[in-house]
Amino acid sequence: MPPCRTGDGAAMPDGAAAPALEYVLRHEHGVVLAGLVRRLGDLDLAEDAFQEALVDAWERWPRDGVPDRPAAWLTTVAWHRAVDRIRRERLRLPKEAEALGLREGEPEQVAPDIVDAEPYPDDQLALLLLACHPALSVDAQIALTLRSVGGLTTPEIAAAFLVPEATMAQRIVRAKRKISLAHIPFRLPEGDELTQRLGVVQHVVYLIFNEGYAASAGDVPIRRELCTEALRLGRLLVTLAPDDAEARGLLALMLLQDSRRAARVDDDGRLVPLGEQDRLRWDLAQITEGRALVAQSLTEGFAGPYRIQAAIAAVHSESTADEQTDWPQIQLLYRMLELAAPSPTVTLNRAVAVARCDGPEAGLAVVDGLAGRGELVDHHRLASVRAHLLEDAGRTEDAQSEYVRAAGLTSTPAERAYLLDRAARLNP
Amino acid sequence: MDYVLLIAVDPSAYAGMTQAEQEAIFGEYYAYTEALRAKGIYVEGNPLQGVETATTVQVRDGVRATTDGPFAESKEVLVGYYVVRVDTLDEALDWAAKIPDARHGSIEVRPVMELPDM
Repeated sequence: MPPCRTGDGAAMPDGAAAPALEYVLRHEHGVVLAGLVRRLGDLDLAEDAFQEALVDAWERWPRDGVPDRPAAWLTTVAWHRAVDRIRRERLRLPKEAEALGLREGEPEQVAPDIVDAEPYPDDQLALLLLACHPALSVDAQIALTLRSVGGLTTPEIAAAFLVPEATMAQRIVRAKRKISLAHIPFRLPEGDELTQRLGVVQHVVYLIFNEGYAASAGDVPIRRELCTEALRLGRLLVTLAPDDAEARGLLALMLLQDSRRAARVDDDGRLVPLGEQDRLRWDLAQITEGRALVAQSLTEGFAGPYRIQAAIAAVHSESTADEQTDWPQIQLLYRMLELAAPSPTVTLNRAVAVARCDGPEAGLAVVDGLAGRGELVDHHRLASVRAHLLEDAGRTEDAQSEYVRAAGLTSTPAERAYLLDRAARLNP
Repeated sequence: MDYVLLIAVDPSAYAGMTQAEQEAIFGEYYAYTEALRAKGIYVEGNPLQGVETATTVQVRDGVRATTDGPFAESKEVLVGYYVVRVDTLDEALDWAAKIPDARHGSIEVRPVMELPDM
């Protein structure tokens, strides 16, 4: 771990060095590492060399001043470190040595220098695609994306996902081992393959966002650092794959959901449902940006799931009060989403829109249709939606027992407290 | 690098096929093998004897346990394999996906361990 991430004030270098290093780690970790992976052909070797360059920067920047191009400086230093190591360990790293033209018995040979250490955007996309390679498990994809592209440390990722540090470290080591042993390539696919692979990346980014936005375990309903990182990755993806309209849809969706963050949890840490949120606390800048992205991306071809979901979030963001929501429009969009990406959760959301258009009994019919097909039967979301609709339909007793059932099914303390509160309010 | 493409299928899928349908698949296998040869990436490949001939051996704490049957606890059984020589997993996966039985069975792709010359 680079020393500047320890948060130990006494060890911070003077002047601009610490902020500069922090900035590079936050914003250019991925691009520096990606350039090294392309040049060295090995993720592990590149990461080790990068860490060594960070230690060098830690020592030299406070003394010599921050270089004009910090990312290029780190790339060059890391490259020399890697070449030194390959030369030292020629026998253990024969393929790498061969690639650099460092042959056995030629110790005096000069290592090839790098001509241009400037960042190269395609490298970063290739690194993102490598981290999200379909041959890796979803857990490994998430961990590698945050580690290699996001520049988060293993302890930070472990803390965000509430798993022991050793477990997360093991997960990352295994993934890197598979990349190395199975020769998972660092490359940029084209055409349909690229579109499919970008879909995997988008899925991983949205999983990271969701884990932050609706934390599945623990005491905090929102894990801010994961939302921030997902948004950063979402922006990066839009920059790296400008032709992918779904990437813009995903960014818009995350922005519009994140815009409600301040209104989503009350002072006691309880979740506030959309209909009861104080809309003045929604983040206008995020809404404006999200809506612009939706408007722009919807004009391009057949809308995929992220763009449709972003459009739904945009409709919500347009009304200043819950009663003014354009529910017929939302119902229509959910119908489109059911066709584009059918899932029981989408149908459940459509049920809410149906209820708002045609009354709670109509919504209940959709929910019970799902349950009748055996879908989401013991899922807290279905029980929760059902309880709300029963309450709206005036079936108080049924609603109360359904709230209690939903509270028993959820794993999030904030949501459990909210559901039990709803049940208690129905007491005569 | 060499990759082994292991072909696993649910035998009941074949049981429901007509003679002509089965022959059509054998024809596809012939064409697929020829395609690998033409690309120069074919190392070897063979169909396997029926699952009833499979024996699994495990050694635990130095004690050998020999059991009748295949290794996987699944409906699918190993029916054949190819070894192909390509540079990356992506290429191996592309070829795995072209195997006729990939459509209803599973293909397990594994890098072949490279042992140093003895």
